[in-house]
Amino acid sequence: MDAPTLTFLMMDPPYESARSTTALRLVDAAIRKGCNVNVFAYEGAVSLSFAKQAPHANTVHGRDAQQEDHPNPKDWIAALIAAAEKGGRKLDWVNCGLCIDERGVAEAVPGVRRGSPADFWKFVESSKNTLVIPTR
Amino acid sequence: MNRFLLMGSREPTEGESARDLYEIAADLKKQGNEVALFLVQNGVLPARKGARAEALDRLATMGVQLLADDFSLRERGITDRRPAVQAVSIDSVIDRMLEGWKVIWN
Repeated sequence: MDAPTLTFLMMDPPYESARSTTALRLVDAAIRKGCNVNVFAYEGAVSLSFAKQAPHANTVHGRDAQQEDHPNPKDWIAALIAAAEKGGRKLDWVNCGLCIDERGVAEAVPGVRRGSPADFWKFVESSKNTLVIPTR
Repeated sequence: MNRFLLMGSREPTEGESARDLYEIAADLKKQGNEVALFLVQNGVLPARKGARAEALDRLATMGVQLLADDFSLRERGITDRRPAVQAVSIDSVIDRMLEGWKVIWN
């Protein structure tokens, strides 16, 4: 029997809301349960996978970038894509192309592709279930 | 009968939306549906024993299943929950999605 597929739509930009963290936890849980996972990143969420995110130092606490070990969502996304592959599954992450252009975040980590809301429609059509996580 | 999992990520004092979600849960239950409320992020704050959130207790009395994300509870240091709330892992959301529950985020 084919592995079930779940789809998630995210809208929040990185570093703003706990929703992004929860969304990635849901993706992680779905992968661990053997699902294929589709993600459609819309609006600010297209920046979650932006490859130029950089860790930074924390001068207030006197820590350099390595000591601070500041987490960046692009690394979590890359790890989730790798985890899915390792388990013989697929995390298909699509960023809305217009949203990318508006924000100038075309450089995404490997495994993330550019698309359009039509991809979200196809995801929904081919999935067992879909969860939309709106900004408000 | 449908099955609804409502994701409550806000606490009632943040505004109307959490209270609206509780009302939606009650209405769906009154219409004969199976309803579960999954509290996550700040949505778990009313799950604290002693928190002024009688609306949650009313939902439980109606038969709405009250679930709270164990990670969100730990983040907020909530160890003493109101009796009607069950701590569960986020995996339970995936389980219900795979069972065909309609999942709605608030």
